[in-house]
Amino acid sequence: MPTVAMMVNGKKVSADVEPRTLLVHYLRENLGLTGTHVGCDTSQCGACVVDIDGASVKSCTQLAVQCEGAHVTTIEGLAQGETLHPMQEAFRENHALQCGFCTPGMVMSAIDLVKRNKSPSEREIREWLEGNLCRCTGYHNIVKAIAAAAQTMRG
Amino acid sequence: MAASGIGVSVRRVEDFRFLTGRGNYTDDINRPNQLHAHILRSPHAHAKIKKIDASKALKGPGVAAVFTGADIEKDQIGGLPCGWLVTDRNGQPMVEPPHPVLVADRTRHVGDQVAVVIAETRAQARDAAELVKIDYDEQVATVGLADATKKGAPLVWDQAPGNICYDWALGDSAVVDAAFKTAAKVAKVDIVNNRLIPNAMEPRAAIGDYDLAKGNYNLYTTSQNPHVIRLLMSAYVLKVSEHKVRVYSPDVGGGFGSKIYHYAEEAIVCWASRKLGRPVKWTADRSESFMSDAHGRDHLTKAEIALDAGGKFLAMRVVTVANMGAYLSTFAPCIPTYLYALLLAGTYTTPAIFCEVKAIFTHTVPVDAYRGAGRPEATYVVERLVDEAARVTGLDVAEIRRRNFIPRDAFPYQTPVVVQYDSGDYQSTLEIALKTADYSGFAARRAESAKRGKLRGLGLSTYIEACGIAPSAVVGSVGARAGLYESGLVRVHPTGSVTILTGSHSHGQGHETTFAQLAAERLGVDFDKIEVVHGDTDKIPFGMGTYGSRSLAVGGSALVKAMDKIIAKGKKIAAHLLEAAEADIEFKDGTFSIAGTDKKKTLAEISGAAYVPHNYPINELEPGLEEQAFYDPTNFTFPGGCHVAEIEIDRDTGVVQLVSFVAVDDVGRVINPMIVEGQVHGGVAQGMGQALLEGCVYDQKTGQLVTGSYMDYTMPRASDLPTLKVSTHNTLCTHNPLGVKGVGEVGAIGSPAAIMNAVHNAVAPFGVTHVEMPATPERVWRALQSAPKAAE
Ligand code: FES
Ligand code: FES
Repeated sequence: MPTVAMMVNGKKVSADVEPRTLLVHYLRENLGLTGTHVGCDTSQCGACVVDIDGASVKSCTQLAVQCEGAHVTTIEGLAQGETLHPMQEAFRENHALQCGFCTPGMVMSAIDLVKRNKSPSEREIREWLEGNLCRCTGYHNIVKAIAAAAQTMRG
Repeated sequence: MAASGIGVSVRRVEDFRFLTGRGNYTDDINRPNQLHAHILRSPHAHAKIKKIDASKALKGPGVAAVFTGADIEKDQIGGLPCGWLVTDRNGQPMVEPPHPVLVADRTRHVGDQVAVVIAETRAQARDAAELVKIDYDEQVATVGLADATKKGAPLVWDQAPGNICYDWALGDSAVVDAAFKTAAKVAKVDIVNNRLIPNAMEPRAAIGDYDLAKGNYNLYTTSQNPHVIRLLMSAYVLKVSEHKVRVYSPDVGGGFGSKIYHYAEEAIVCWASRKLGRPVKWTADRSESFMSDAHGRDHLTKAEIALDAGGKFLAMRVVTVANMGAYLSTFAPCIPTYLYALLLAGTYTTPAIFCEVKAIFTHTVPVDAYRGAGRPEATYVVERLVDEAARVTGLDVAEIRRRNFIPRDAFPYQTPVVVQYDSGDYQSTLEIALKTADYSGFAARRAESAKRGKLRGLGLSTYIEACGIAPSAVVGSVGARAGLYESGLVRVHPTGSVTILTGSHSHGQGHETTFAQLAAERLGVDFDKIEVVHGDTDKIPFGMGTYGSRSLAVGGSALVKAMDKIIAKGKKIAAHLLEAAEADIEFKDGTFSIAGTDKKKTLAEISGAAYVPHNYPINELEPGLEEQAFYDPTNFTFPGGCHVAEIEIDRDTGVVQLVSFVAVDDVGRVINPMIVEGQVHGGVAQGMGQALLEGCVYDQKTGQLVTGSYMDYTMPRASDLPTLKVSTHNTLCTHNPLGVKGVGEVGAIGSPAAIMNAVHNAVAPFGVTHVEMPATPERVWRALQSAPKAAE
């Protein structure tokens, strides 16, 4: 089995993995980082989105071995103790989550959007979320939260 | 206290864990030494199983076992029971076929469970599954509802001739026929309520962990009602004593009905765990969810309404064919009957209604409740009929509704279809919604859209629903094999903090917040000193769980009862401590006091005395401060409302875009407005999905599930929805202590009809009178291409 080493949430980790192991399974099963979810098998739901080297990526579409040397941030790596990241805070403030299953992917994806576009319009937010499905919220409050977080993050 | 009591948009206590990746969903749980199960599913809609050869698979790396239907039979594992017996129009019971957890001889839908492969890892179980050789003899399948009852259609069950599960009717057909004879006008619809696949974002999962030392089964599962699963699985499937089974439903990632039912995999992992002496875990792939989660809706309906010359409804006749799929899922039979026909009066005074429902078996996945369950189907029939009635009479769609609403002062109102509505104010709700939606400005907006080459339509739906299900005696008299009460337990700790245990289950609804608000208000305890516990049959009293928008109306009422017992006992303790008569003790804002004096004791002081009963009326009163209650409602609750949808159609492509949506709902007393709005948003998105995007498609010949993944089944995305304008106009429920009605389903019930009415409104100028749901681009485009006339 090949060995793969990467930085996850600022910590160096390495493991022997089967070559076919998906990044999402490596995170969930080897590292116990179960905040990253699996909602589909066709790479469409976005429940598994993490940050790899500064870009949001669906971790179900990456093999763990592809991430050799990469810096990966998962939902567990965002908050500082009890202090939430502004995007997480905005989600809480705006009731942008119900069952919470899509939430980690939504938050990770939204942070990437705001990094690329400091003041996204409602339309831009809705288009950006094309790869993230939510069955609970009707997206209404997610869109609101992302706009609010963008404002906070602009300062 | 008031800052987090009833009516305040308290931020949710569950959110921190979900936002930081610390939720605890079933698939996040791993038991020491666990094995992994992979279910082999039928690739055919209908086939005889000739032979299963697992010898190669058993030699695969890491493989612990392969079990088939024969093993299930050998161990006398029972089939999945159905929880509702519908009696047909001749007094005969429905046909109730067996529902084995692994089929032994014949498969009846694509996805039917045939075998389970269990191995050290998930990947090994899958690899080995490829090596299991199953020799199928494929048979002709019955797929579509329209053909299922035709002569010569292959039978799903020999005991169900014509594939009929039951042929049921409600109402007096003679009265209805007589009313139709006197009618000035008749409006008709012939409609499909499209089959939906629920798609909670968390796929189902289950871990069976048999504890040999104690002889106990532990089941971790994605369920909306863990006690119901424990009861059904222990009594009917595993046939073990209920006290030896613990069912735990931790964080659950959405349900929408699809996680109510007892599924085969739950029993399989428990049974296999005992056989193998190790925990067994199974998690569905999304493709498995598509072919094994119970689907929703799937009705064909012909309906007509008789009107007098003034546009008053005289009578309604409804004939529905409803798909059950291949087996009867837990609550399937009651959905197209008692949760459907009882709602056909809608918000109107229609005096006579007759409804016939045939439930049909087909070689498809079982169909059961999905958000709204029966009531969206009823609303779609009624509200499409009302719009059609407006068309044939030439009346405005708002005006015809005004002429037929049950007036505000007519409550309690007995409908001709069994139920009695307790409260409502339909006309005000309509007027508020019309104002919010700027109904009078629609013509101008339509003209503006036309300038951009778009067809604009506006549609209304003034719907009703029955929820908070339900009085046990009533549902029992019509076939329910369960009671529908709820349990609640309130534990005041020695220092005055509170733990609430509820039989309701939250899988997104936010009970940990809402129920804590109830307790903060009633007991005067700080919100952050209250913890809500649910989902564990070892901890909580027997509860019926969450579906049918019942948690607050039934589960919340149980908690109120339990809290009132706490207060009553507290008064006795306070009377003793304050040396006063019990009748003179008042309780307010967390404090017991002698009326008219400043002598008082806090709840924490009272609970301290109850747990350290040194100075205590020990001869009359037991120590401790913990109370339990069961609440059985006396009626359904009847939320209602008005939804107004505006859509634009692109003439060249047929694409329908929802451009504006107004919901004014009557949900009774609101505990947390933020959560209530969120529930409506989510429901409306699902309703929009049903109206415009979603539809389960089976190949009509082979019974293959064509929409078996997110590449083929269109889920609503953020860009499909506008900003929603959601508000409430509430009348209180008159028969539960909180005055609450329920909000979980209103969005999904009212919105499909409003959106489809808007689509019909948009294409009406072309003489198009019928577009099937979902109004996909292809359907709309075809309708416009073959339109009888060019728009004037
Ligand atoms: S799990 Fe669905 S996109 Fe990755
Ligand atoms: S919050 Fe449940 S899927 Fe988005």
